[in-house]
Amino acid sequence: MTVSPDLDRRFRDTAAELGLIDVGFDVVDSPIGDLLVAASDRGLAAISFDSDPEDQLERLARIAGPRVLRSPRSVDLARRELDEYFEGRRRNFDVSLDLRALPPFTLSVLDELARVPYGETTTYGKLALRVGHPRAARAVGTVMNRNRIPIVLPCHRVVGATGSLTGYAGGLDVKERLLELEGAR
Amino acid sequence: MMQAVAIPPFERFYEEHRSDVLRLLRRRLGADRAEDAFQETFLRALRAYGRLDHGEHLRAWVLTIAQNVALDTLRRTRPTSELVEAAAADAEPAYAGLAELTDGLGPKERAAVVLRYGYDLSYDQIATALGSSPDAARQATSTGVRRIRRRITS
Repeated sequence: MTVSPDLDRRFRDTAAELGLIDVGFDVVDSPIGDLLVAASDRGLAAISFDSDPEDQLERLARIAGPRVLRSPRSVDLARRELDEYFEGRRRNFDVSLDLRALPPFTLSVLDELARVPYGETTTYGKLALRVGHPRAARAVGTVMNRNRIPIVLPCHRVVGATGSLTGYAGGLDVKERLLELEGAR
Repeated sequence: MMQAVAIPPFERFYEEHRSDVLRLLRRRLGADRAEDAFQETFLRALRAYGRLDHGEHLRAWVLTIAQNVALDTLRRTRPTSELVEAAAADAEPAYAGLAELTDGLGPKERAAVVLRYGYDLSYDQIATALGSSPDAARQATSTGVRRIRRRITS
């Protein structure tokens, strides 16, 4: 017995409206490919370059709780801001972020990361210096690598000391395109 | 010690069981009324989902919720005699070993006993399935057990 798209959509919308889900997600298309975007009632919780929900459900449950449901409505705000960003009409994101359960060092690094301006780059070493751990460039690299909310928390703006792109969860070509979009390259 | 079965993310649970739930509700209520009941069933499941202790017997759990939503719908719209028939149909042995024992119990008591002793669900989970409070679920279970005991010892 197939559940019609209309009935399915009504359930998902109502669940989100009633605030019954821990984290809602949807697949958002973008010029750099499909993104899986997830938000809780606290804010944007995750953006993933691997947009197959099957790969992400457990991860989202670990972040926010077992009531994980695909719900376009839950990510409307984030989707709009991402669209504007990719169209070059937005330089800063206003959507609130759900950074629960992250350790203090990670939070302080992400906090500094969020201050790196649109269209500029910094290095792992400089970020380490700014959080008061000048020798922790490698640890900063690890935080970038595990960044739950790439693009919005702009780890693509962090490069190696020589200016090389070094690495990116979405692939180096994506990092390059984001920097080009922002006019940084 | 046995590892408890992990509770799957709700999306997976929903995708796995939505067709069966809709089939049951259509059979009980017809296509039109089944749609609202479908939504109500999964909203009830969602409300209780965060309180589940383990991920076992989720199919039985959600089908019991659906049966109770169907009963509630019928109760609002049909005379009592039909309701009793529908309840009897709903109480088809969800757990074969208990079927005979629970014969003759009312639908709520029967569901409570089967869920408690057949599926090992908590009173919280049973309460959600029956649309009642945990206390009422405990009450229905113990009343059911008392009746069974009286019948098999008499």
